[in-house]
Amino acid sequence: MIEIKDLHKSYRMGANSLHVLKGLNLSIKEGELVAIMGSSGSGKSTLLNILGMLDEADSGDYILDGVPIKNLNETKAAKYRNKFLGFIFQSFNLINYKTAIENVALPLYYQRVNRNERQEKSMRYLEKVGLKNWAHHLPSELSGGQKQRVAIARAMAAEPKVLLADELTGALDSKTSYEIMDLVQQINDEGKTILIVTHEPDIAQMCKRIIHLKDGVIVEDSLVEQVRAASYVQ
Amino acid sequence: MFSRDRWQEIFQTISKNKLRTFLSGFTVALGIFIFTVLYGMGNGLKNSFNEFFMGDATNTFSIYPGRTSEPYKGFKSGRTIEFRNDDIEDIKKDFAFYLDEITPVISFSATAKYKGESNSYTINAVAPPYQDMQKTILMKGRYINVKDLEKRSKNIVIGRLVELDLFGKSENALGKFLDVGGIIYRVVGVFQDDDGDNEERIIYMPYTTRQMLDQGTDKIGQITLTYNTNIGYAGAMAFDLSLQKYLKSKHNIAPDDQNAIYLRNMADIVQRNMMFANILQLVVVFVGIGTLIAGVIGISNIMVFVVKERTKELGVRKALGATPASVIGLVLQESIFITTIAGYGGLVLGVGVLSAMGDRFKEDYFISNPGVGLGIVITATLVLVFFGVLAGYVPAKKAANVKPIVALRDE
Ligand SMILES: Nc1ncnc2c1ncn2[C@@H]1O[C@H](COP(=O)(O)OP(=O)(O)OP(=O)(O)O)[C@@H](O)[C@H]1O
Ligand SMILES: [Mg+2]
Repeated sequence: MIEIKDLHKSYRMGANSLHVLKGLNLSIKEGELVAIMGSSGSGKSTLLNILGMLDEADSGDYILDGVPIKNLNETKAAKYRNKFLGFIFQSFNLINYKTAIENVALPLYYQRVNRNERQEKSMRYLEKVGLKNWAHHLPSELSGGQKQRVAIARAMAAEPKVLLADELTGALDSKTSYEIMDLVQQINDEGKTILIVTHEPDIAQMCKRIIHLKDGVIVEDSLVEQVRAASYVQ
Repeated sequence: MFSRDRWQEIFQTISKNKLRTFLSGFTVALGIFIFTVLYGMGNGLKNSFNEFFMGDATNTFSIYPGRTSEPYKGFKSGRTIEFRNDDIEDIKKDFAFYLDEITPVISFSATAKYKGESNSYTINAVAPPYQDMQKTILMKGRYINVKDLEKRSKNIVIGRLVELDLFGKSENALGKFLDVGGIIYRVVGVFQDDDGDNEERIIYMPYTTRQMLDQGTDKIGQITLTYNTNIGYAGAMAFDLSLQKYLKSKHNIAPDDQNAIYLRNMADIVQRNMMFANILQLVVVFVGIGTLIAGVIGISNIMVFVVKERTKELGVRKALGATPASVIGLVLQESIFITTIAGYGGLVLGVGVLSAMGDRFKEDYFISNPGVGLGIVITATLVLVFFGVLAGYVPAKKAANVKPIVALRDE
């Protein structure tokens, strides 16, 4: 599903250049649930943003579902993002003047799905994350955990091939975090490929594979015995 | 561009972001409103102006005798100059090339009486050409004619308001006899005049009759003439000069004496005032353009602000699959919609204020019937919309091409 070879990324700041990703190689198959860990500043978010086509690598290959991602203009990139990828951010990034269901429907709008189908689909995904009764509330009326659920529903609604989540539990308490992870595991059980950036070991243990980044290289890549989040949730 | 979904998206952003909508709408509406009102008032000034000067023929000279201010050829200073019938004859003979019509005007005031009613009026004793010069319009009867002059008949032509004053609403003055200054005249015509009430409280009579009744004098008060319009403005100015010179030499007046004869040259006055009117128009255009520029700057600033405020939202949209074109379209369509509606509102309001003004400020501020051409305000609105769009396009395009990660980065 995801194939990267010798990926490099530097940030230029004035005369200086900060080499963040120093030749990464990684292969992720369909249906995997991967945690990316590492200390702060190790380049986790940078990697995820490149995988999500929100940012571009300086060199190296990136092949997503058999499609080489290289030198895309913004219009092409927008189409691929819409078709292949769903994002979940630490800070939710919901549009504050749109209700929960309108937020969920937004990627469908960009997929040119017609209005009725949009409505119906959005409601279905909101129901899936347990927010059916909150569909017509604004983000400002929702708790952090509820906002993140809306964000997950939004990422799922587009039915992408890969879900990318950057510290999706970073702003939540541990109980809420487990509830969210339970949801993530359910989605993964249905076969969706999911990548999660986190520096919480317990969250990482709920994935199937952990990749450790350090100073821009992968220092460890191991499969783990998955801990089911459901056992923490009643 | 015109899909229902897109419009729904836009109406939603408009209604959920009232401050932003209000700011850009208000700027445009205010700009167009001020522009419309200013421009309309400028036009109102010009209207008053035209009304004022277009009433009478403009190819007219009026020559008034005065008093000499310096001694000349043995005559003392302070001598009163008087025109006589032979002055008319001489001008007719010696300036035939320039001259169109000429008439003496002997002005005096007298009390006119009819039955119980009486009132004091200005009486102008004139020759027939005076009708065309004053653009006097007859409502009934006729003007003074050549026969009146020859027979020194006691016929008069009275203004509409003279008839109203003395005869009331119901009685017809035509053919009636009127006592003017103790002498009985027959009313042969009633006229109206656009130039105001004073012009309709005048009585005309043959100048020959007046001279006969004034002890057979051949004195005339002033001379009014029209020149052949073919001579043009330069010709008129030349005629003006040589006529003054001619009359001064004939009446033994020093060539540089400014007080003995006064010649009022309408062509010159109109020319000068036209210049004034044109400068006025220029000022109005200038102020209008200034207002528009201020409006353009205002809407530009707001659009930059709007796009900046939406950076994060646009980043989210892009992360969810919005193409740059759809991001630009979203921003611009919203701004076009708001500015067009607001511009129209400002226009309607401005036109409303102008028509409410009407002729209310005519007396004090010389603004009559202010108004604006629809073309000019629509152009102004389009200019504002265009610049609003342009001002929005630049930052919108920039925002649309920024990598979403930059837009989404937390501060
Ligand atoms: N836009 C940028 N410009 C310059 N430097 C950047 C930029 N984004 C990230 N960096 C730097 O690159 C390095 C890696 O950043 P990154 O955000 O990938 O780290 P991270 O592993 O996600 O850290 P954290 O756990 O704190 O989120 C950091 O040193 C950071 O300062
Ligand atoms: Mg990070």
